[in-house]
Amino acid sequence: MNNARKNEIKDNAFKVFALVCTSVGLLVLGLLLYNIISVGLTRINWDFITNLPSRRPGKAGIYTALLGMIWVVTLTLVISFPIGIGAGVYLEEYGAKNRFAKFIEINIANLAGVPSIIYGILGLELFGRLLSLGNSILAASLTLSLLVLPIVIVATREAVKSVPNSLREASIGLGATRWQTISRIVLPASFGSILTGLILAVSRAVGETAPLIVVGALVYVPFAPKSPLDQFTVLPIQIFNWTSRPQSGFVVNAAAAIIILLLFVFILNGIAVFLRNRHNRRVKY
Amino acid sequence: MKKIFLLLTTAAILTSCGGGQKANKNNAETGVVKIDGSSTVYPVSEAVAEDFRETQPDINVTVGESGTGGGFKKFSRNEIDISDASRPITSTEIDACTKAGINFIELPIAFDGLAVVVSKQNTFIDHLTVAELKKLWEPAAQGTIKTWDQIRSSFPKEPIKLYGAGTASGTYDYFTEAICGKKGASRGDYTASEDDNVLVKGVSGDKSGLAYFGLAYYEQNQDKLKLIPIDGGNGPVFPSQETVGNGTYQPLSRPMFIYINSKSLERKEVAAFAKYYTENAGRLAKDIGYVPLNVDEYKLVQDRLAKKVTGTVFVDGKSTVGMKMADLLKIESGK
Repeated sequence: MNNARKNEIKDNAFKVFALVCTSVGLLVLGLLLYNIISVGLTRINWDFITNLPSRRPGKAGIYTALLGMIWVVTLTLVISFPIGIGAGVYLEEYGAKNRFAKFIEINIANLAGVPSIIYGILGLELFGRLLSLGNSILAASLTLSLLVLPIVIVATREAVKSVPNSLREASIGLGATRWQTISRIVLPASFGSILTGLILAVSRAVGETAPLIVVGALVYVPFAPKSPLDQFTVLPIQIFNWTSRPQSGFVVNAAAAIIILLLFVFILNGIAVFLRNRHNRRVKY
Repeated sequence: MKKIFLLLTTAAILTSCGGGQKANKNNAETGVVKIDGSSTVYPVSEAVAEDFRETQPDINVTVGESGTGGGFKKFSRNEIDISDASRPITSTEIDACTKAGINFIELPIAFDGLAVVVSKQNTFIDHLTVAELKKLWEPAAQGTIKTWDQIRSSFPKEPIKLYGAGTASGTYDYFTEAICGKKGASRGDYTASEDDNVLVKGVSGDKSGLAYFGLAYYEQNQDKLKLIPIDGGNGPVFPSQETVGNGTYQPLSRPMFIYINSKSLERKEVAAFAKYYTENAGRLAKDIGYVPLNVDEYKLVQDRLAKKVTGTVFVDGKSTVGMKMADLLKIESGK
């Protein structure tokens, strides 16, 4: 066997290996989806979405959990994105590249890896008790904002970093100020990549349960939240509660609620991907 | 780009607000009653809150499930009005309440039986005595009691596999206290879960397994499980609505309580809800799979609420194990 033949075998072996790796993930996802959809799909109807929680599995719905989740996620976006993008831009465009900057950078990366329940404890003490927001939507959103901030900051930095320097130089060379350069050149050019970071952040916020339980999200909330200071529940907590009930009808409900949650994440991601693609088509450099 | 951002956020905010305005159309008497605590009592409070809503749609009752201990913590911080508990309040928790100036009214609302079950395929266990259960579960059994013939010589020499409550659950506290004599005294080499459905799955497919969990979980899975009658000294007794209710299923039936902050009770909405709770807990407990007290006993409970008798009858951590409902209520009513 000559060398070329050997290399060809190695090449093919790696290809097969990579294929197997890919299919493991897909297979697990497929099984999970099949399992959930086969149990829960028939349970989904308009009543399921608009009904209040109930002790009767057939009557129970996810209205308040779904609305609670929309409130929490929306507020989280509104709070964390301006701060995260601002911080990312500062670190990349204005901040000096010294030891201190390095220190901050490492810390932000570390924060992204802190278990979410720790954020919950921080949120409970800081927002829930010190700022006496209690177990309100606002307390939960602030907590989740802390949780997703590192992701937003890192994504923004990477996106801003990838904008070619020639663009900035050209802008400044034409007499634009720093702010004009950032707002008209750098941010528009990096918008697509920033959005990718936001997708990750939102997806994470939607699925988080542990910090919300610590902050004090409830299970039975029979009214739709009307202000950020109202009490709330969210879909993951409702699902968690249903899976631990004795009646099998609740397990079906849980599966149905998981489908809705997946759909919600899917739609959010879809919107972001759509925006990114449309944007990337317009930006050329 | 800015426009897209604005559009996105405003659109999202608008959708959430639009939904929000749906509830609360009438401006009749409103208020919020906050409940938190045991996940075992949760279904009862949820059911009461759900039905209460039909008579008083403008009083919003919220229910959480932080566990009995977590509920008492919030209760002693004045964060909630009613605390659900699957065991009596402890002296430390009473101290915390006293420090915060909180007086409470303790009301038993129903009983829960703990079922000991094996798989349908298990043919050799017909009943177990409390002593045998103790031998099976006590801490000393860890690593030494491994086959069923060690429990009773007539059992086959098959490996023992155990499924039980996780250490954070009130069920664990209760079972260990009732069987091994001390709260938290249990062997550690068993499959533990806070989620009873996991235990049901585990034991139903395991020929030589044994599990304990709430009676409601057995009733919903009768086709897969075999219930074991327990001999507490007067012959083997199956747990059922009847035997748990009249106190013959011993020692594995436990009372459940709600604790009401007496200052909250001065608020109209809390008073109305508490009254409704004691009047309807029996009917709803049965619905969910728990065991109601009998009618006279609920009368005593309603009396206690009407008279606003504060404090606990379980001073110095007195145990609820082996307590019959009638005895309990005699203490409750101060006789």
